[in-house]
Amino acid sequence: MDLNTITSVIEAPTRTDQARWQPGDAWLAGGTWLFSEPQPHLRRLVDLTGFGWEPLRAGETGLEIAATCTLAQLYAMPLPPHWPVGPLIRDCCHALLGSFKIWNEATVGGNLCLSLPPGPMISLTAALDGVCTIWTPDGGHRQVAAAEFVTGPRANVLAPGELLRSISLPDRALRATTAFRQISLSPHGRSAALLIGARTPGSFVLTVTASTVRPIQLRYAAVPGPAELAAAVDRTIDPPLYYDDVHGTPAWRRLMTLRFAEEISRELGGQP
Amino acid sequence: MRPTSVEVNGTDFAAPPRPGQCLRTYLRELGWYGVKKGCDAGDCGACTVHVDGRPVHSCLLPAYRALGHRVTTIEGLAPGGEPHPVQRAFLDAQGFQCGFCTAGMIMTVAALDEAQHQDLGRALKGSLCRCTGYRAIADAVAGVTNVEQPGPGDQIGRNLPAPGGPAVVTGTARFTLDVSVDGLTHLKLLRSPHAHARIRSIDPSAASAVPGVLAVFTYADSPGRLYSTARHEDPRDDPADTRLFDDVVRFVGQRVAGVLADSVAAAEEGCRRLVVDYEILPAVFDPEQAMAPGAPILHPDKGAEQRIACAQRNIAVEVHGDVGDVEAGFAAADAVYEHTFTTHRVQHAHLETHASISRLDETGRLDVRTSSQVPFLTRRALCDLFDRPEQTVRVACGRVGGGFGAKQEMLTEDLAALATLRTGRPVQLEFTRQEQFAATTTRHPATVQIKVGARRDGTLTALRLRVVSNTGAYGNHAAAIFHSCHEAVSVYRCPNKKVDGYAVYTNTVPAGAYRGYGLSQTIFAVESAMDELARALGLDPIAFRQRNVIGPDDPMIAHSTEPEDVEIGSYGLDQCLDLVDAALRRGEGTSPGPDWLIGQGVALAMIDTVPPHGHRSRARISLLPDGGYELAVGTAEFGNGTSTVHRQLAATVLGTSVDRIRLRQADTDVVAYDTGAFGSTGIVVAGLAATRAAQALRDRLIAAAAARTGVDPAACELDADAVRCGGVPVPLADLAQGGWAPAGEGACDGSPRSVAFNVHGFRVAVHPGTGEIRILQSVHAADAGRVVNPMQCRGQVEGGVAQALGAAMYEAMVLDETGRVTTDTFRNYHVPAFGDVPRTEVHFADTADRLGPLGAKSMSESPFNPVAPALANAVRDATGIRFGALPLTRDRVCLSIAAGAELPPAHTAGVHPHE
Repeated sequence: MDLNTITSVIEAPTRTDQARWQPGDAWLAGGTWLFSEPQPHLRRLVDLTGFGWEPLRAGETGLEIAATCTLAQLYAMPLPPHWPVGPLIRDCCHALLGSFKIWNEATVGGNLCLSLPPGPMISLTAALDGVCTIWTPDGGHRQVAAAEFVTGPRANVLAPGELLRSISLPDRALRATTAFRQISLSPHGRSAALLIGARTPGSFVLTVTASTVRPIQLRYAAVPGPAELAAAVDRTIDPPLYYDDVHGTPAWRRLMTLRFAEEISRELGGQP
Repeated sequence: MRPTSVEVNGTDFAAPPRPGQCLRTYLRELGWYGVKKGCDAGDCGACTVHVDGRPVHSCLLPAYRALGHRVTTIEGLAPGGEPHPVQRAFLDAQGFQCGFCTAGMIMTVAALDEAQHQDLGRALKGSLCRCTGYRAIADAVAGVTNVEQPGPGDQIGRNLPAPGGPAVVTGTARFTLDVSVDGLTHLKLLRSPHAHARIRSIDPSAASAVPGVLAVFTYADSPGRLYSTARHEDPRDDPADTRLFDDVVRFVGQRVAGVLADSVAAAEEGCRRLVVDYEILPAVFDPEQAMAPGAPILHPDKGAEQRIACAQRNIAVEVHGDVGDVEAGFAAADAVYEHTFTTHRVQHAHLETHASISRLDETGRLDVRTSSQVPFLTRRALCDLFDRPEQTVRVACGRVGGGFGAKQEMLTEDLAALATLRTGRPVQLEFTRQEQFAATTTRHPATVQIKVGARRDGTLTALRLRVVSNTGAYGNHAAAIFHSCHEAVSVYRCPNKKVDGYAVYTNTVPAGAYRGYGLSQTIFAVESAMDELARALGLDPIAFRQRNVIGPDDPMIAHSTEPEDVEIGSYGLDQCLDLVDAALRRGEGTSPGPDWLIGQGVALAMIDTVPPHGHRSRARISLLPDGGYELAVGTAEFGNGTSTVHRQLAATVLGTSVDRIRLRQADTDVVAYDTGAFGSTGIVVAGLAATRAAQALRDRLIAAAAARTGVDPAACELDADAVRCGGVPVPLADLAQGGWAPAGEGACDGSPRSVAFNVHGFRVAVHPGTGEIRILQSVHAADAGRVVNPMQCRGQVEGGVAQALGAAMYEAMVLDETGRVTTDTFRNYHVPAFGDVPRTEVHFADTADRLGPLGAKSMSESPFNPVAPALANAVRDATGIRFGALPLTRDRVCLSIAAGAELPPAHTAGVHPHE
């Protein structure tokens, strides 16, 4: 929709513009959320795509995803055979409520920064041990684990004027064998629970998202048995951490979370 | 160098976009009206265009990002003149009804790759259609041809295409706002943040100072007259409880003031700068609480004079009636079932929001172009409100993008007219999707306490209902929905019946007319209860119904023996029950796996073919000099397909083919009168008027030709080109010459009325671990009389079933503890998408109605009505749990199965705190 209070756009920003961040500014990435709701408090947009970041950089240490990389670019990226996580990436793209048309504009970074519990790029980057690089207004940067980036519904670690530059997925995590489970109130609806298990030699991590207000992770040296994992999930997640909105009641989200934890354990070879 | 123009459909445009402008409005301002606004939030896909070949939702794309790029809209999809293959496919399959989503749908389908074609549920999840139920769209994508080409011969019973099709698929159909008006100004509304408050004052000075603001309208500018936003043939059907702008607001979202400006941006800014001093009043949201002593009273200063039943108890309307002796009936029963059923607040979600453009024409006449089902009634209401004679007001529709009852209401026209009359300027008022949810109308939430008894052999002995409906802050349609206490009850033979009904004011968004009025709410209770009673008696639910429903010669008695003008003009209920029974016995659809619980359920519905208290239609058809005809009807086309049917009816009478008949419609200038397109009247009232007009013209043409040739009129016959007088052809073109313009007029006053029937059956699988309901088989049988256009009638059934499944499984409007609607986007109010809707087998009973035009009956609202109880009955069969409340969402089904009993809906039972 038209954002009629916007009076200017910085289409090709610099770090200097970032230092001059002011109330009423908003970072614009894909715009697929920003333009979807009235934003009467905003006056100026700062277009991150104007930085011209390379969307995806694969190297020996892993995969660096620019915050402005679109879901369509991520979805289409060919991965080398030693990174078997292509199906997981595609499952996570499909878990976005928006269709492939939205993927053409929506960005990975935007999905994290919006920080809605069902954001599937939050799930993906947390599950694959992503590290977020944040540019600070003073020209510097800092890093935070993707699993720690989102702190609650529509809340994250960014301070005013900070921006998410990229998310790096380490090579070790990209080699993982993964299991994906997702459910919503309708066949292609907004996720009410999205769990990912990632198994690498000597480690297993279960990432719970969508059902909880922020990502919750459980780490093990090996895949626990289904009952053990589900029990651990139930101990770890206090009831208030289950998200409550029209896309699913907390009690059901808990049941789905426990169910999926068991299923993921079974799929990844957890012995009862 | 930074590009400064956008290439749209092959032409460069250099208009600079505004900083926060989205591509959608940029394109529309350039005149590319094929780009539609359904939600303006990226959820519905109606605005889909291609940018450098990639499909995007243009409402989400900053317009400046299109600079230097190539944009293709529906108008540019097939530059050569020949339709694009996907446009052709949508025409051949008739993959549309109202057509508002079609441009975006076609642009989306045209961009699918082969893999996406294999998974359309996923590929089309961002493309909403509210009319079709998606089967016709699936056919279009698959390349199925459903339409027959027009030609001579019998026009009834043929799948002739909708006349608007070519314009719909090319994006050239002109919906309400798809016009360019010089000097257009824009009205935006400030809406109440409080559920109940008195406005002490409004200071407009800061708003008036905003550059571009032309005028501010508040309660001080409001005509004093009280009225109802609801439109009916008889204005006394609704309480007069509404002011254009009131100094008391009674729900969050009520209009407080309007700001007129030369741009939407300035009008919005003006609204933000209005300073309103509110005195907050206590509010009540629950209808039972609202009726209790001590509750806040919404309309204390009104009463019987405004046709409010009991203002001091917040009762807008009440009905009471009984026949026989229900207590004696229950005493005589071997089995009695008693339960309370609740249906929740749902919304029409037609894709074209409410909108109007008003202006003064060169003669000073007020001319209102609006998205309405009732142009004539709206003219009458405007004349009443502004004390103007009828000839000084014209109301006309463009193509209307869906309605489902929501546009049987005056929600924008009064405001636009006020602004035009005060300023002399052309005024546009376009509701946002948020306004649609927060501040238009909804279905009436209802609670139905039902008690029903039967003897061991299955014979009903007594039926008692207590219905409490929440009409919200205003009583529009509060009375009309109580026809639900007629058909849902009178379809069953039972000597003892009693009904008590209350429509209650609360401080919530008003309820209004919605497909089937209150029938779906009452039928949910009655059909669920009948299912339980059959179970209690160990009887097959279909056989139990067959034993108790009325037959073709039975009287229809609800809760009174007062005579009504309803009769059984044709009877196909027995066939419908048999058709569904036979289909379910075939048992199609296999269980997804051993974990799933399987069950089946049925429900039936009866509906009067015309609303009560009269429904009047006038039609006129004239012969044109080229031998074709022009048919003028007052009723509006909003996806219901009446345009197609009117042409078929007239063509049949005139012995011609439909392509020879041009149609003018929905304009107070083209015919004398039409009550409007509601209550399923498009065929049975307006269609009958059109049929009679054609019959009158046929008789005149034959008489004229007979006089010219001296042949006995009885020996003359009209065909497509000539009147054949004993073998001598008198060409029609000759008859239309010489200053004589032969015309025929027809009228119908909507009485007597007939009844139509619908039966739905489901076989479902329910997963106890997740609560997922998978529909294995969906079958619907309809008694529509003689089916004029089977393709379209099937589409009406499928669309109604899909809409009803939305309400039964997904959709729910949620209000927070302040009474604010929180589900004001399609992201949070889930209307069915392609992947949510099963294919439904549709069967028609073989009947012909003695009252309807050429044997036809209505079939537009009623398919909605039996769906939810059929689903709940199937889920009951599968799980053992009787769900008395809707919707049957996965979370509630799962938790209820785990608990062994129904749990109440978490988010819809009253109010819910929201982050």
